[in-house]
Amino acid sequence: MKNRIRELRVERKLTQEELAEILGVSRQSINAIEKEKFDPSLTTAFKMSQLFKLPIEQLFLYQPE
Amino acid sequence: MKTMKLERKKRIIRLAVWTWTWVATLAMATFGPKFIWDDHIFLTTFAITVNLINGILMISANRDLFNHFDEFERKIHLEAMALTLGLSVVIGLTYSLLDTTNLISGDAEISFLVMFIGITYLISTIINLKRFQ
Repeated sequence: MKNRIRELRVERKLTQEELAEILGVSRQSINAIEKEKFDPSLTTAFKMSQLFKLPIEQLFLYQPE
Repeated sequence: MKTMKLERKKRIIRLAVWTWTWVATLAMATFGPKFIWDDHIFLTTFAITVNLINGILMISANRDLFNHFDEFERKIHLEAMALTLGLSVVIGLTYSLLDTTNLISGDAEISFLVMFIGITYLISTIINLKRFQ
């Protein structure tokens, strides 16, 4: 799934480590999500949505395979 | 959120302590009867019981650590565990067959399977981590 996490994180001048700490996940998780190799859980997606103050559909773009 | 890292460290240390004591009690239960207490039945039973209880506590510590993993770490470890379980059953039974059909000299040792499980889990976890980087 495509996402804008890296772009939004950089905009807010956050490191992967800082974002991971805010969301309560590991830095590796953030790295894998940003590289679109791993899709986060609904809980993490909602936390991201609240943090970046954007609806989930503006953070993640679902593309059927 | 620094507490999360501290909690993780605490759980890792707890698991390490139970693992090392489990190995130590296993060594004691294995070699004690022959080298320390001369096959005393009570002491041997006691050593085996202590090792078993220690093993259960080690599993509990491992579960506590697993419950602290986030979704990504769980995926990595669950995939590694699935691969390890599958390979251990298949390779373990093949190894047993080689023994029962006398195609290998000597008996099939459970310790080889335990080593195989450990190495397979380690390698598959590393490969999985690399895959998602």
